[in-house]
Amino acid sequence: MHFLFATRDELFIAIAKIAVLLFIVLTVNAYLTWFERKVVAHIQSRWGPHRVGPHGLLQPLADGVKFFFKEDPTPAGVDRFVYYLAPLLALGLALTSIAIIPFGPEPLRVFGHDIYLGIAPPNLNIGILALFAITALGVYGVALAGWASNSKYPLLGGLRSAAQMVSYELALTMSLVGVLLMAGTFNLRDIINAQAPLAGHPDHGMLGWNIWPQILGFFCFFTAAVAETNRVPFDLPEAEQELVAGFHTEYASFKFAMFFIAEYTSMITVSCLCTIMFFGGWLSPFPASWTLAHYLPSVVLIPFGLWVIMDGFRYETTLGRVVLPVVGTVITVLGLVFIVFPHVNAFIQAPFWFISKVLLFLFVYVWMRGTLPRFRYDQLMAFGWKLLLPISMANVAISSFVILVKMQWGAK
Amino acid sequence: MSEPLLVFFALAALAVIGAVSLILQKHPIHSALSLIVVMVALAGLFLLMGAEFVAAVQIIVYGGAIMVLFVFVIMLLNAGVEEHTSLSKMAGPPGLLLVAALAAFVAATIAKSGTGVQAAAQTGALSSTKGISEMVFKDFVYPFELTSFLILVAILGATVLAQREKS
Repeated sequence: MHFLFATRDELFIAIAKIAVLLFIVLTVNAYLTWFERKVVAHIQSRWGPHRVGPHGLLQPLADGVKFFFKEDPTPAGVDRFVYYLAPLLALGLALTSIAIIPFGPEPLRVFGHDIYLGIAPPNLNIGILALFAITALGVYGVALAGWASNSKYPLLGGLRSAAQMVSYELALTMSLVGVLLMAGTFNLRDIINAQAPLAGHPDHGMLGWNIWPQILGFFCFFTAAVAETNRVPFDLPEAEQELVAGFHTEYASFKFAMFFIAEYTSMITVSCLCTIMFFGGWLSPFPASWTLAHYLPSVVLIPFGLWVIMDGFRYETTLGRVVLPVVGTVITVLGLVFIVFPHVNAFIQAPFWFISKVLLFLFVYVWMRGTLPRFRYDQLMAFGWKLLLPISMANVAISSFVILVKMQWGAK
Repeated sequence: MSEPLLVFFALAALAVIGAVSLILQKHPIHSALSLIVVMVALAGLFLLMGAEFVAAVQIIVYGGAIMVLFVFVIMLLNAGVEEHTSLSKMAGPPGLLLVAALAAFVAATIAKSGTGVQAAAQTGALSSTKGISEMVFKDFVYPFELTSFLILVAILGATVLAQREKS
């Protein structure tokens, strides 16, 4: 395969990267459900899962096992091929979109190979377009699931989702045009680098990010992205009061889990995209001259680890008293390693900021789910077509005008 | 056989199989799915030729937006299994003849031009996003704007028709 991979080693590296990223994404997905249940529970003055494992930390594992062992009935009268294809499409496309995200600028040097963080090659010039292409195909998973189930509620859910995704895709794409104009590229790495200070210019840290000039675009993008991922307040395709469970009503066991994982994976992708397009990706929010800010990962990790250890000693169950101090020690040691080895510390700066920002967006997702009521269907359509689309178009016009003025008069 | 050629034949076979399946499938949804396969395979072929932008747009516009509307309409009308009328059965033989004629024409054109299929691979200005935007917005800006105007007229027409039905 010399055409796709220069050497045999590169093929193995690619396969290893895919396996590692798949493992990470699925684990993060599982713990995202735990995180969501905990946060929503605390918003509603409950405890959330706390029976299975310390702080309910083994709950995702239990859920996963349950999904595997549940009966998987296929309803009568379904279109078998499409019925089986739909969850595969949904999950496959959601996982593919993660492959395009870059997670760090510097390659990791292992045995003489440069391993970039992220599966796609660093010179993928159509990065954001490829993501949009995958998102555009993602509609089929939901729409076909609704149709193939041969049942009225899933059909209505599928129709709703198709209409909703087509409507919001316009605003989603238009809202990013401003960012693309400013960066002058589709390459996700270059879009992040365009938010870094130019050589010889003063370093303003987070003031250079796209969020400030593109605040309108960010508003439209995030709203449309939440609608694209079918999350509250735009979860009309699975509105349980009206449609039982919407498009996945007739799916059980692992086929349901596949839709579930697909939804959470798209949440991660959207959070990564928000980070990359508007919040400087892996760039630190502080200017490079603030050297003390380099120790922030340790400053976050060590107290957190110590707190987990303290909490573990006081925990009710024996398992918790064993597991939590061990986890806390691992976190604390990690924080100490970052202080002791400057090379390691320098390398993890970028992934640290990237992951922190992504976690922040995931929290916003969960926060919205705990706070906002669902839109009515006509409100949803009016919101997308009459508010988001005009605003994002206005954003394109304003951005291009400002860029033109800057180019004409050289005010850079 | 070189690897790009191998990938080319795999994608081309996928496109042809999808197109044949589009015609032979009994149910409209299955036909629509086959058409999506054709679109995606074509996007792969564009990518093979180095036209990244065209490949992405092929999937976004054709594979995504347009085919979603197809699927949406089929779902909305709840179209059942295709009915074969005597006229549609009669359309088979002349259709096959037309296919043979078209294939012969394309083959003759390629043979006449004297270059292989590989020569169609165009890289450079045409394939890059910048090259395409310069072509569309500089060299062909008037035809481009006229086409957009045509589409706008079609949108207005659809809106007017929908309005009339309502009142």
